[in-house]
Amino acid sequence: MHRFANPARFLRLANVALPWLAALAVLSLAAGLYLALFDSPPDYQQGDTVRIMYIHVPSAWMGMFCYTAMAAFSAMALIWKHPLADLLARATAPIGAAFTLICLVTGSLWGKPMWGTWWAWDARLTSMLILFFLYLGYMALANAFDDPGRGARASAILALVGFVNVPVIKWSVDWWNTLHQPASVIKMGGPAIDKSMLIPLLLMALGFQAYYFVVLILRARAEIAAAKIGTIRMAQVHAAGQGD
Amino acid sequence: MTRKQRRLYFVVLGLLALGAAVGLVLNALGDDMVYFYTPSQLQAKHVPPGRRVRIGGLVEQGSVMKAGSTVTFRITDNTAVLPTTYTGILPDLFREGQGVVAEGKIGTDGVLHASEILAKHDEKYMPKEVADALKKSGQWQGGKK
Repeated sequence: MHRFANPARFLRLANVALPWLAALAVLSLAAGLYLALFDSPPDYQQGDTVRIMYIHVPSAWMGMFCYTAMAAFSAMALIWKHPLADLLARATAPIGAAFTLICLVTGSLWGKPMWGTWWAWDARLTSMLILFFLYLGYMALANAFDDPGRGARASAILALVGFVNVPVIKWSVDWWNTLHQPASVIKMGGPAIDKSMLIPLLLMALGFQAYYFVVLILRARAEIAAAKIGTIRMAQVHAAGQGD
Repeated sequence: MTRKQRRLYFVVLGLLALGAAVGLVLNALGDDMVYFYTPSQLQAKHVPPGRRVRIGGLVEQGSVMKAGSTVTFRITDNTAVLPTTYTGILPDLFREGQGVVAEGKIGTDGVLHASEILAKHDEKYMPKEVADALKKSGQWQGGKK
């Protein structure tokens, strides 16, 4: 793992992986969306409204996955002081926040016709809203200091503290009575979802996952380039100062 | 011990302590974290009449009676039942045997006068044909339809 903490080595690897990941994202999203919208059956209870699931569920998974990745990168940044880990944690935050927002909005649009309400303060919905606020807090804190090092430390601690929310989201539907139904896919005894609907769902999830890595690499590349420009500018200022 | 190891132990111990603390808090909150009580939980709690409560369960089979826009039915958790009355528009998924959450006040007559009805569905997703086939072959579990 420490081998990849070297930004130059990371960039080489990322540049090789990028076109493959982009192709995977485009293909699985195209196939997944086609199956989800046109070639999967309506649900026996919910009819065509069930198609919201193919966006809602993968974005919920990605909201939690991105937070887990952000917490892991933050731990690496705190313990081993890898600058790249801090950069990847920062690059993940807005992507995860966007997935979480999509999950909340599509969930609301789904809740109105099925449950009869846009929102309910049950444990699953509330913990997901807290996840969204954690992302916002992390991004605000990471950029709140003039000295980037202090912002990185404070936000990494916030990311780790907020991680306790992730298992709460996952098991909220089992621990307490909620309006939200229990897990359909990742549960004991196998998925409670028909194969004709599970396949488009998993394709969409794969596409979302690949999309995350594509955007992460693009953002990390831009950040590394920005850091290099900063170093060059500093060197120029230094050189000009010495020339006088 | 190197500084890196010390930081690693610090982070791991910190997370464990935090996890334990949150676990204890959530455990202590217990009942306050639930979105609704079931009818048998309600019986055990002796909620005074006039207090707003949310009750969840299944709409008992054969209990729905409609008179104009007022509907009366019984909420059951297969142990206790709670008679309920509601005036207004019902969600599409409201039907006998289906999960429901009703919010309102329990009158002195022991009836829940609901001001809001929410439908609940389970975690199963399948096409209609599969549901019909399962019912036909007697493998249908849950839903009690």
